Amino acid sequence: MMSHIVIAPVILPLLFGIVLLLLQKQPLLFQRVLSITSVVAQVVLAVGLLHRVSNGEILVYALGNWSPPFGIVLVADRLAAWMLIITALLSLCALLYAVRGTDAEGSHFHVLFQLQLFGLNGAFLTGDLFNLFVFFEILLLASYSLLLHGGGRLRTKAGLHFVVINLVGSTLFLFAVGTLYGILGTLNMADLAVKVAATPLEQVALVRVAGLLLFAVFALKAALLPLYLWLPAAYAHTTAPVAALFAIMTKVGAYSILRVYTLIFGEQAGPAADLIEAWLLPLALTTLVAGMLGAVASIRLRQQIAYLVMASVGSLLVAFGLNTSVGIAAGLYYLPHSTFAVAAFFLLADSIAKRRGEMNDKFDLGPTMAYQRLFGVLFFIVAVLVAGLPPLSGFVGKFLILQAALTHPALPWILGIVLITSLFALIALARSGSLMFYRAEPPQVSKLTTVTNTPVGLMPVMGELLSIIVLLSLCLILVVWAGPITDFTLATADQLLQPDTYVHAVLGSGAKY
Amino acid sequence: MEALISLIIGVLTTCGIYLTLRGRTFPVVLGLTFLSYAVNLFLLVMGRLTIARPPVITPGMTEYADPLPQALVLTAIVISFAMTAFVIVLSLKAHLELGNDHVDGKHKP
Repeated sequence: MMSHIVIAPVILPLLFGIVLLLLQKQPLLFQRVLSITSVVAQVVLAVGLLHRVSNGEILVYALGNWSPPFGIVLVADRLAAWMLIITALLSLCALLYAVRGTDAEGSHFHVLFQLQLFGLNGAFLTGDLFNLFVFFEILLLASYSLLLHGGGRLRTKAGLHFVVINLVGSTLFLFAVGTLYGILGTLNMADLAVKVAATPLEQVALVRVAGLLLFAVFALKAALLPLYLWLPAAYAHTTAPVAALFAIMTKVGAYSILRVYTLIFGEQAGPAADLIEAWLLPLALTTLVAGMLGAVASIRLRQQIAYLVMASVGSLLVAFGLNTSVGIAAGLYYLPHSTFAVAAFFLLADSIAKRRGEMNDKFDLGPTMAYQRLFGVLFFIVAVLVAGLPPLSGFVGKFLILQAALTHPALPWILGIVLITSLFALIALARSGSLMFYRAEPPQVSKLTTVTNTPVGLMPVMGELLSIIVLLSLCLILVVWAGPITDFTLATADQLLQPDTYVHAVLGSGAKY
Repeated sequence: MEALISLIIGVLTTCGIYLTLRGRTFPVVLGLTFLSYAVNLFLLVMGRLTIARPPVITPGMTEYADPLPQALVLTAIVISFAMTAFVIVLSLKAHLELGNDHVDGKHKP
């Protein structure tokens, strides 16, 4: 008897997406309620799934009851459940912010939102490489439309770049998948792990090429250094809830890197073992540097946050690149922190930009805004989170990463770069914060900026800030329960570094591995 | 036959890459289409080129064609078709909103 809870997080957003598409003539309120219901249900499902797999059990769901490796399987292990819960919580916050008006700027927002979640959840759960490609395409197609939601000249330009580079990425993905299938005759990830380990010597080179092609694709999704150019413009110009949701998009790339290069090309992979070890760490470190330099050089707040997303991907992949159990565990702790912190920052930037009139989110002397102190305090908290200062979760995350790096041969590089970039983050955020809050001037009457500054009741502002506060409390939870959470991430990392349990769960305990 | 197919895939990919690197949206869209043609063909031949072999179990046959690449390529075709349609509409939108068809949206004299 298979447990259907594994497929539920995939089916649910799809069904809700279809229902929302059929009900698009209904009032917006109805669609909002339906959409929020779906996301809340996904949070509940993700918690249930996390509870089921937290004892180390790996749940396998064979679609259509075709036994693996012949059919497609969905696999829920600790890592998948961890990613699902992060996605569900993040999307709930993004949606709560979106229902305050963003969803009315264009059509089909809720449909696309649900389909995006369908793609994300599917990508985290699938145990089949081609199926991963399909879910990538689903989440990308939904993200293209979400990115362009609301329209606008700059958004269209950034969207075009995003779409074209991702289409090239999809082509590369297919080339890699085709090569692997042509040599090994399977696409089931567990079966691939078995077959890669037993590759005949004359075909090792081809398998390695395919593996590295896959790395290029995942690096593109994760915005690793040479392939990051699409990210800043795309994230900076889209609407705030979409940018907040996209905080998880780069993590899909990081997740795929972690999954494929521990399971298929891990230590047990024989001649193709540790395929990307030589590449991942240097690229991650340079991404971190480039992201921080971009953040320092930014002239708009949203652009700065987009570069901070890139830097957070750098830190995350530094942790994964250590290729040890503690390193991966530190990365898995840093992942939800960076996702929630950056999402909160995007939402906050939108709230700030709305109150600065025509100055928007430019780093320039602007007018003082209503509830200046409230926003200033929130900005300060988020900045402390993102820069990784004590006592919030950013510090714990960076500390864990550095602690994991202590035994690594490249320690001086890692220590130096992570600490110096943290200083850069501090400088960049201090500069933007002081420009926007301390040096703000009272609005001049001659300009129309005063219109936006008419004080409004505190309640609407609190409603707007609800999602930000929820995201910040999630980061607080990460600090308060840091002990149990790091225990869980360590167990997850151990599970990842022992791919034989995964392989045996999927292919049956008799599989030769 | 293998050499011819490889040559075709190679030429399609080369054209695709060249056109994708162009500065206007129309050649870029064409380039992406060429790339997807190349990869579809590539996926199809990954089941090896065979003639007159059944893809499903048939009594009295020992040699079979691999049916899976055809399923894969069908999925890939559908997806690339949808993506091409999307990118064409997006290019038209960009052309209307930016006033020209450069991928960077810049006016060139």
